[in-house]
Amino acid sequence: MYRTMRRIRRFEEAAEVAYRAAKMRGALHFYIGEEATATGVCAALNEGDFITSTHRGHGHCIAKGARLDKMMAELYGRTTGYCGGKGGSMHIADVASGNLGANGIVGAGVPIAVGAALGSKLRNDGKVTVCFFGDAAGPTGAFHEGVNMGSVLNVPVVFVCENNQYGMATHTEYANAAPVGDRGPAYGMPSERIDGNDVFQVYERAKVAIDRARDGEGPTLIEAVTYRQKGHTIHDSKGYRDEEEIAKWIAQDPIERFKRAVLEAKALTENDMQAIDDEVEEAITQAEEFAEASPWPTLDAIEQDVYV
Amino acid sequence: MAVTSAPDAPAEAATRQIFMSQALHEALDEEMARDPNVFVMGEEVGIWGGAYNVTAGLLEKWGEARIIDTPISEAAIGGAAVGAAVTGCRPVAEFMYSDFMGIAMDQIVNQAAKNRYMFGGAAKLPITYRAPFGAGTGNAAQHTQSLEAWFAHVPGLKVVTCSSPHDAKGLLKSSIREDNVVVFFEHKAIYSMRGPVPEDEYTIPLGMADVKREGSDVSVVTYARQVHYALEAAEQLAGEGIDVEVVDVRTLYPLDVDTILASVHKTNHAVVVYEAARFGGFGAEIASQIQEHGFDDLDAPVLRVAGSHSPIPFSEPLEKGAIPDPERIAAAVRESLQGSR
Repeated sequence: MYRTMRRIRRFEEAAEVAYRAAKMRGALHFYIGEEATATGVCAALNEGDFITSTHRGHGHCIAKGARLDKMMAELYGRTTGYCGGKGGSMHIADVASGNLGANGIVGAGVPIAVGAALGSKLRNDGKVTVCFFGDAAGPTGAFHEGVNMGSVLNVPVVFVCENNQYGMATHTEYANAAPVGDRGPAYGMPSERIDGNDVFQVYERAKVAIDRARDGEGPTLIEAVTYRQKGHTIHDSKGYRDEEEIAKWIAQDPIERFKRAVLEAKALTENDMQAIDDEVEEAITQAEEFAEASPWPTLDAIEQDVYV
Repeated sequence: MAVTSAPDAPAEAATRQIFMSQALHEALDEEMARDPNVFVMGEEVGIWGGAYNVTAGLLEKWGEARIIDTPISEAAIGGAAVGAAVTGCRPVAEFMYSDFMGIAMDQIVNQAAKNRYMFGGAAKLPITYRAPFGAGTGNAAQHTQSLEAWFAHVPGLKVVTCSSPHDAKGLLKSSIREDNVVVFFEHKAIYSMRGPVPEDEYTIPLGMADVKREGSDVSVVTYARQVHYALEAAEQLAGEGIDVEVVDVRTLYPLDVDTILASVHKTNHAVVVYEAARFGGFGAEIASQIQEHGFDDLDAPVLRVAGSHSPIPFSEPLEKGAIPDPERIAAAVRESLQGSR
């Protein structure tokens, strides 16, 4: 789990550097500070299980096992990217590995996750779908329709709300009349708020919900409370957050908390983690080189893959 | 209603006369038998049997695992079809009225239509969205619209209509077998129209128009219920010595431009008929295709007969007045010929 969190953190940092060097375009939404949520949840999934992701989706993608080189190449807009350069940051998907895609529409993944889980129920394939969505999806109609229908049809899905406190500049408490994690009773399912920056707690609570779904007992709604350390996108320099708030949450950084915990428990040493850091660094460098060296798509690709 | 029969009986095969709703039902039933990944979901498709009885009896036959009554949640219906399709199912998702698709528009337009493309071809979405459309039922402005142009305008969607039981069955079977997203529009005023349907299994490929009446003087190009109004107009005009050809485009996307152009090449006159509001309607695309690719064949401007620029009104004379009818189609045909006779 340390390796996954470091891979996410370093991928985002490297993407920011590349973006500022004009090697990328469009929007980048960084997952920095939220790594424990995707990592803990995906660690509790089996290979072949499904996830739906969000516009802030790099973390989910990496935690589900994506290759950094193909992700980086996608952000660079190259043919070797996961989507051949047609999706970019907001639409990375790796359907073959069960990642049904990032999504540029807030809340839209909720009904899609219900459908994937419905398919599992029809096929009786024993798979579970995890639906990642942000706190800002809490007010959408798709959230309500999807969560309600998931419960009504009793499909194997787990709804994981990443409450990173903000939808752009709008605070979650302004946008949501009640916290998402309190809404389970309204949909006839268990729900809870958990510490989204504690990867161990995320794993444990996600495992309970995933097992429950796999056993045919229906959906669970989890609100993982975390924090978006960076702005909404790379272009966010708006002063809607005070430094004190940011500092408070950086002190709760999920990777640093993990380190403190494993060192205290003597589960890992500084050297162990340094070795992982070095390995991640190597993978990031390779990803950048792969992306840089990859060809641009040609114009004949424009109307390809609109239809089968 | 004057609509009573379909003109497209295959001559040699054994046929029966059945309702369009029955033909659609048979298509669903047969495709469910053919492929265990096919399932039906929507509001009132199970116990009720569908608002227009298309799915009646399927719950009893196939069970609630494959005939799924959903809550009133169009966005969730539209989106669940996406999730199920991308993971290997072949969903047929019914919207009770096409007017309700607005609630599902994000799922249809931003998710279903785009996923394959955005993911670089790595996803396949074999979805059929069925939806009753059109006026003539007295259900007023929120249950009678013809919104097909919205969907034909979205790359990634195929759009299909049907004008007879025969076409309905063959086209719906092909739509379900499609590995692409199909929006399948059924005109609600012709569900109870009877017509000949073969006993044996058959399909009709998407993207093929059908000449419903051959003629030499004017091509009337249309689809769905308006095919029947065009045929009525053609009968009237035959008495005046005007020989009308009626082309049913059937599939709006992909559009069979070749068949339309071949007809215009023969007649040199084109009248496009559609029930939706005239301005920006799908018939404008047909007219544009004719003038772009068949300009030299035209002896007169391409005319349109279409719906009024208004919501569909409730009161019967108003509703009738707001959409094309055989008289207005006949008038347009005469107008088209005026320049050359």
